[in-house]
Amino acid sequence: MHPILARRERLLAYLLAWVPLAAIQAYLLALPGSLSIGEAAALAAPLSLVYAFLCLSSFYACRSAPLTRARTGSVLGVHVAGALIAASLLTLAGSTLASLLGTLPEFTTLPERFGRAVPPLFVLGVLLYLLSVTFHYILLSLESSQAAERRAMEARVLAREAELEALKAQLNPHFLFNALNSVSALTTTAPARAREMCILLSDFLRRSLSSGERSLIPLREELALAQQFLAVERVRYGRRLEVEELVDETLLATAIPPLLLQPLVENAVRHGIATLIEGGTVTLRVERAGDGVRVAIENPYDPETPATAGSGLGLSIVRRRLAAAWGRAAEIEERGDGKRFSVVLVVPGAPPEEG
Amino acid sequence: MKPLRVVVVDDEELARAVVREHLAAHPGVEVVAECANGIEAIEAVATLAPDLVFLDVQMPRLTGFETLELLDPRPAVVFVTAYDRHAVKAFEVSAVDYLLKPFSKERFDAALAKARALLGSGAKGPDPAALAAAARPEGVPLERIAVREGARVTLLPVETVAWVKAEDDYVLIRSGGRNHLKHQTLSDLAAQLPAARFVRVHRSWVVSVAKLASLEEGKTAVMADGERVPVSRAGAARLRERMPRG
Repeated sequence: MHPILARRERLLAYLLAWVPLAAIQAYLLALPGSLSIGEAAALAAPLSLVYAFLCLSSFYACRSAPLTRARTGSVLGVHVAGALIAASLLTLAGSTLASLLGTLPEFTTLPERFGRAVPPLFVLGVLLYLLSVTFHYILLSLESSQAAERRAMEARVLAREAELEALKAQLNPHFLFNALNSVSALTTTAPARAREMCILLSDFLRRSLSSGERSLIPLREELALAQQFLAVERVRYGRRLEVEELVDETLLATAIPPLLLQPLVENAVRHGIATLIEGGTVTLRVERAGDGVRVAIENPYDPETPATAGSGLGLSIVRRRLAAAWGRAAEIEERGDGKRFSVVLVVPGAPPEEG
Repeated sequence: MKPLRVVVVDDEELARAVVREHLAAHPGVEVVAECANGIEAIEAVATLAPDLVFLDVQMPRLTGFETLELLDPRPAVVFVTAYDRHAVKAFEVSAVDYLLKPFSKERFDAALAKARALLGSGAKGPDPAALAAAARPEGVPLERIAVREGARVTLLPVETVAWVKAEDDYVLIRSGGRNHLKHQTLSDLAAQLPAARFVRVHRSWVVSVAKLASLEEGKTAVMADGERVPVSRAGAARLRERMPRG
């Protein structure tokens, strides 16, 4: 929806701004001397009203040709063409109106005399259209800065939320109690492994606490967190859980919001490996995707196991956080083919602008 | 004294090891099998007929509750879980004993003593289907029905079920063009099926509205698979409410 048409008070202000423009138009129509000031005013008032709405259309041209991305030449071309078309329409509307008025007894000679007023009307049409282009660019830049602010705010809120979620995940009763049960089992049979498990668990908890405090972390650290989580789970699941890593080491400095991958890796174990009697392999993939980085987490799953409540929560938070950080520049896609489930993230190589 | 024959069921090797270790301290207890999932457990129970089963709740393929429903002959059961609010609530209301991982030796010994006393008294345990129903979060209907033929376990998604018929202590379930028999009462199963999909049309029949072809003279429901199902007067009224108009 057009931002001016969207609200009544904006439209009113916009039309009021056209009153002096209509006066100028009347003055210019009368300038060649062929029309009286009264006749010029009678033409200018309805023409201005029509043109006020016609100029609103330049908004769409401005939106499709943003100043930041397109080349200056093509932007200029688009708007000059738009201005010529709009001004031609204005002139056409003017002569139509003049001949309509000509049917009235007061204005019988108006259509012949209108001809001399065409050039100033056309020039004015071009200028007014270009003015509206400028106006719309200003409007768009205001809106985008507001949107950026909103996005930054949302990113902050979501980051807090993710931190909370991650904390809850660490205190995820399943994960923690089962890990402790493994420790309890190992204390008598393999004390050294029990100690190792305690250390793994502590490292994981410590790392997730510290990374949650920052707004961005290198992919390397996020991956290390996921590895620690998987190491703890491997003690528990034994041979049922295998981990495969296909990582392009040159991409590990990429900055991402913390705890972005952790919920996905947790899902891969909880809703994937844990549903299978034989278990399977969780695959972590990091590869280049154009200027960005593609991170994929893949796992086998049992399609007959009903999805438990909350299984989509982790994913939806990751999705929202990606959008909050990078807008449309980041992508996330999940796919399950009945055997394997994958979540693929594509994030830009450049870090998100921080709010 | 006759030894107490025990089966330990848990998908985690270490979790089974803890139970085994605690049991080792008790003379007169024999671990006759260890199973890593419900399907193994059903097989082991069928062949070994143990007195007592330690049964994990969260397992791949079949949950502990689904497993219990299919155990035959039915042993005494002590459930084991790390964390499951709904399961614990169900255990409490059904007075079923359970262990929360990790558990102490004292707690384990108490559970074992209680199970022994129960076995000695000859009292029957809780109804497995009722227990499974109690363990489901409120308002969440059954999504699949676990059935068994010998040692073969099949999971029937409720969407595939056309009708269910009561046959004494059993229910005959029609799904995917095949009949499956399960030891359960119709009332019990009907109460758990999603009400949006299934209608009790008769004392001994439940039908899926989606698999219904027509209702003849308000007395017979003709199913898409050709089965003719008797419909009671009240059943017909219930069915008409749910059938698409026109």
